[in-house]
Amino acid sequence: MSGLLRRRTYLRSREPKQSYDVVIIGGGGHGLATAYYLASRHGITSVGVFERSYIGAGATGRNTTVLRANYKMPESVAFYKQSFELYKGLSLELDYNILMSRRGLFWLAHSENSLRLQRERALLNQALDVDTVFIGPDEIKKLCPQIDLSAGGKGHPIIGASYHPPGSIARHDAVVWGYAAAAQRLGVDVHEGSEVTGITRSNGRAVGIETAAGRISAGAVVSATAGYSSLVAALAGVRLPLVSHPLQAFVTERYKPILHRMVASSDMLVYISQTARGEILVGAEIERYNSYSTRSTFSFLAECAARTIDLLPFTAGLRILRQWTGICDMSPDYSPLVGESEVERFYVSAGWGTWGFKAIPAGGMGMAELVATGAAPPTIAPFRLDRFRDDRVVPDRSSAGTH
Amino acid sequence: MGFKIDCPNCGTRSYHEYWFGGELRAHDPSMSEDEDYRNTWLRTNAAGPQTERWFHFAGCRRWVTLERDTRDNSVTIPRIDIETLRRR
Repeated sequence: MSGLLRRRTYLRSREPKQSYDVVIIGGGGHGLATAYYLASRHGITSVGVFERSYIGAGATGRNTTVLRANYKMPESVAFYKQSFELYKGLSLELDYNILMSRRGLFWLAHSENSLRLQRERALLNQALDVDTVFIGPDEIKKLCPQIDLSAGGKGHPIIGASYHPPGSIARHDAVVWGYAAAAQRLGVDVHEGSEVTGITRSNGRAVGIETAAGRISAGAVVSATAGYSSLVAALAGVRLPLVSHPLQAFVTERYKPILHRMVASSDMLVYISQTARGEILVGAEIERYNSYSTRSTFSFLAECAARTIDLLPFTAGLRILRQWTGICDMSPDYSPLVGESEVERFYVSAGWGTWGFKAIPAGGMGMAELVATGAAPPTIAPFRLDRFRDDRVVPDRSSAGTH
Repeated sequence: MGFKIDCPNCGTRSYHEYWFGGELRAHDPSMSEDEDYRNTWLRTNAAGPQTERWFHFAGCRRWVTLERDTRDNSVTIPRIDIETLRRR
């Protein structure tokens, strides 16, 4: 195990070429996956990935690593189901162990409204061949004895849950390194520490990018920059229906393996899992105002720790090890935003909000097909950028996590 | 990350007392359908000073318009009145 974790990925460092078939802005999961699938599925190897910082420095390295497919709109279920299936084979495909571990995920209900929602979720998932069941308090206790069914005895006991047995976690850094190494083996260039400062256009078409190293021409430009998508799109004069909100999380110090399942509660706005290293990982809802500040707050820590102790009393004695913040690009309907923009050959993979990590393989694969063939595959077609213009929204707020 | 908002009626209070109303947008009934779509759905989502609205739900229940730097959450203009907004 330690040997696997210590395995290093070294990126080939070289000067950017003068020209690429495809330039990808953002060396996170979605950008690198797009590069990898362009090279492996479509034979397009003249691909340059430009990352402002180090690969996985943004949302891919800051999320809480949950993989699941229990969504509540048929379009989303199909998309995340594909993504989950790709994740299952990813370690083999990339020859890099992403430490995917099947845990089972609860979505707890403390109110009539949530109960109805979770029951609907289970029924819809079953109809679409995704393994989600509705269970009562007795079964919850049997599957996860650590849960306090009274939820701290504050008048909002747990009255049911949807349970998604395939729910898993994976190591997010490994996903980034695995895609980067595999893409590099196929001839893709990954440039770390190269910020894109401009997107050059000609006759309403993206033709290249500006970097500190000069101008680089490109047959197509893809933005995969998570929370910073609005700023990158603005370089091409494109406005997006996105608002960037901070999302905070923390881990406790390492503890013996005790919490095998993942526990989430939309009513209490908290989700909890135990990492492979033994840390108890806790996340919550996004901050209500938009911001690019990644400073963490004490009020989040205090409130979230209290809710965690209400649900899982054994956590009361644990000490907090680390706290961090990431930036999420929230779309109006809580579904992704993937497609070609109004500037021709400028593609945007954004709107991944709080649900981007689990979407990496299918998002990258769909975007690669769109860039290579000019046609969006049915998995990502419902998430096109201008769907709001003709009211084809994909409203899925209840599946976005704990909002 | 915490910051304070200057309410004209209640004084300076923590942002926890307010609901966030988002970046300020134009409201013009004479907009074309395309302009209306852009105004309704698209956002600047600026990294820097942003003119925005907050609703003081735990106080006087009135709206406050201010300018905040979204990079560090410092309030750069604590209060913007309607005359100033009209002149913009």
